[in-house]
Amino acid sequence: MISQLNLVLAGVGGQGTLVAGKLLGVVATRLNLDVKVSEVHGMAQRGGSVITYVRMAPRVHSPIVESGCADVLLAFEELEALRWSHLLAEKGVLLINRNQVVPMSVSMGKATYPENIIQNLQQAAGEKALVRALPATELALQAGSSRAVNMVMIGAMCAGLELPEPIFREAIDSVFPEKLRALNQQAFSLGSAIMKDSKTLGI
Amino acid sequence: MKDILLGNEAIAAGAYAAGVKVISSYPGTPSTEITEAAARYERIWCEWAPNEKVGLEVAIGASMAGARAMSCMKHVGLNVAADPLFTSSYTGVHGGLVIVVADDPGMHSSQNEQDSRHYARAAKLPLFEPADSQECQDMVLAAFNLSEQYDTPVLVRLTTRVSHSRSPVAAADVQGQTVLPYVKDVQKNVMMPAMAIARHKLVEERMAQLSQDAGVVGRHEVTYGSGSLGIVTSGTASQYVKEALPDASVFKLGLVWPLPLNDLRAFAGKVDRLVIVEELDPIIETELRAAGIACEGKALFTPLGEYSTSLLRRVLTGEAEPVAALDREALTAAPPRPPVMCAGCPHKGLFMALSRLKVIVNGDIGCYTLGALNPTNAMDTCVCMGASIGMAHGMDKASDAALSRRTVAVIGDSTFLHSGMTSLLNSVYNRSDSTILILDNSITGMTGHQQNPASGRDIRLHEAPAVDLAELCRVLGAATVREVDPADTKQVEKAVAEEVARNGVSVIIARRPCALIPSGKGSPQQVVRLDRDRCTRCRACIRIMCPALTAGPDGFPVIDPTTCNGCNLCVRVCRFGALSGGGEKA
Repeated sequence: MISQLNLVLAGVGGQGTLVAGKLLGVVATRLNLDVKVSEVHGMAQRGGSVITYVRMAPRVHSPIVESGCADVLLAFEELEALRWSHLLAEKGVLLINRNQVVPMSVSMGKATYPENIIQNLQQAAGEKALVRALPATELALQAGSSRAVNMVMIGAMCAGLELPEPIFREAIDSVFPEKLRALNQQAFSLGSAIMKDSKTLGI
Repeated sequence: MKDILLGNEAIAAGAYAAGVKVISSYPGTPSTEITEAAARYERIWCEWAPNEKVGLEVAIGASMAGARAMSCMKHVGLNVAADPLFTSSYTGVHGGLVIVVADDPGMHSSQNEQDSRHYARAAKLPLFEPADSQECQDMVLAAFNLSEQYDTPVLVRLTTRVSHSRSPVAAADVQGQTVLPYVKDVQKNVMMPAMAIARHKLVEERMAQLSQDAGVVGRHEVTYGSGSLGIVTSGTASQYVKEALPDASVFKLGLVWPLPLNDLRAFAGKVDRLVIVEELDPIIETELRAAGIACEGKALFTPLGEYSTSLLRRVLTGEAEPVAALDREALTAAPPRPPVMCAGCPHKGLFMALSRLKVIVNGDIGCYTLGALNPTNAMDTCVCMGASIGMAHGMDKASDAALSRRTVAVIGDSTFLHSGMTSLLNSVYNRSDSTILILDNSITGMTGHQQNPASGRDIRLHEAPAVDLAELCRVLGAATVREVDPADTKQVEKAVAEEVARNGVSVIIARRPCALIPSGKGSPQQVVRLDRDRCTRCRACIRIMCPALTAGPDGFPVIDPTTCNGCNLCVRVCRFGALSGGGEKA
């Protein structure tokens, strides 16, 4: 059973990182662990970069996951994976949604969206960390809404790290209102399935 | 089972458990969620006041009437509330009175990073500083008890990392909502010189007594480690200390003002080296030095921004930092993704007009401060809530007509009601030639949709009287008051050009609800569509920097259907008719 985990959820405003963080807080208490979830507010509608830290352990002090300390980095967007990749610890796992949200600096022609982010991250990681990409946005749409990308990512992480699935399932039911439960459970299942099809991620 | 609460939600839970009856606040990041969470407890009267000074005065009145009362604000809000704060220290309380202030080290969303602990010293008030959500709840409860026990308002100081972090909270026992019988006490509650002179003496005696008792009532935690290093710390910084220095002896303060000097002296005697770890200003350090306790502090640590576990390790242990799995240097730098005005924001069009007119814009605090950034760059100044109107008047009086004729003030509806009204009165009274644009989006936007006296709803969304901004400006004496649609940039340009040329005080109210409130939001059918045959890839639509509209790799615009609000701004800027479908809102 997992006893300690530092997670980072990185995305763009509106991708549901805050809700995912809240859900992981519930998961931690069901694992009888202390937890801190640190949020950034106010960017959701304004297209800014959004980061949520989740730390669970028998006793957690600092709410922040610092450079080189993330066991898991869930990137809801490719550029955000690159931006926050320095947080990943050795032997850490980086899951990236195959999705590009072009920032204004790029749209305005003042910067370019880096090419081959996923391959470059995989190459840079080598044997030191595991970098995997998945089509979470497409899977979320299959489940019924692009907003469920957060639960696809959580499902993928749960399966990849072999975390106790029933605890996540219960947490989804407790965090979402009834009319959204089935959709989010389905998104979780699709994320989980895509990981189960491949070899397990060890950390 | 414990609940996982935001620090702000835990403050509300503590206030509920303490039997608070009245909470009056003005929203401000990172404090806003306290009063919103408190409004979920039906038995508490919760309200948004027009500003922090009013909010605190409401709470003082409720306390004098015998109820437990609270007022919550961000650090700069306490500056606005400072006047009643200092004198409430003299009157003391009847029902317990707690003022919660949330500081923002690192300035995640603020215009300065002042340290509100200075107010405790200056106003002679006790101040608690919780370090996590459980302490938020428990220290608010303790603050109410202390308030009544020592006849004093009590400050509770948060920082962003405490306000906006979730951690487990074991619920407290809920007390009844008792209201003490009202007692008329002129000597205590009417602060004119004769009475205040007597009260000041009592204030000094109270603080002396609190200094004596601070070790017992202060909710401090003292742990002795195996090392020779001793740390005095509080709040968020204490979390980094525990993480980075597991072997150190730690005196974690709960009550940060007044300090438990006797206990701290004893602690200092048991360690070889005493270091004070406090974010921002050296408040604890200065006090210890004054008391003759040798210590190190700001000689080691910066007064700027937030601290971290790695900073403490670097400074105090010289330990190597954790090695990142990916070498940052080996990777391409990620282009920035700064926040922009929301998709569908009708007030973006107004800034495009101001940008084209090349006027000098005195800005104010709110979403529209983003108008200072790309693509509009339409802001010259921004200082504090309500400052724009006074500053435009100052520019008018300082300069020749040529400069004055191209100077405007831009202020939101909530900010105008907060502290712009008196400035408008001043501009009228002192014969200003200024033009004031009130951006009325019918809500307090930047902090996440709080109601205000012009929005027609109260904090629980019940119907409430709504002030008519145009009438208000007329009554205050504005020579002309006209209304425009901010999304119609041509209309805005015409109105601004006419009004800056006119003598006297002109007010232009640009009225369109925030795109994110239900009445302003487009339905999915209204998403803008692109006709690729007509599109010349001229990028005019890209330059409005709408988060829903970005340039695709082939140069054609890409519209994100989940973000598009159908506001039509892009449709309007397209000269080739390539964009369509964004319906007018009802």
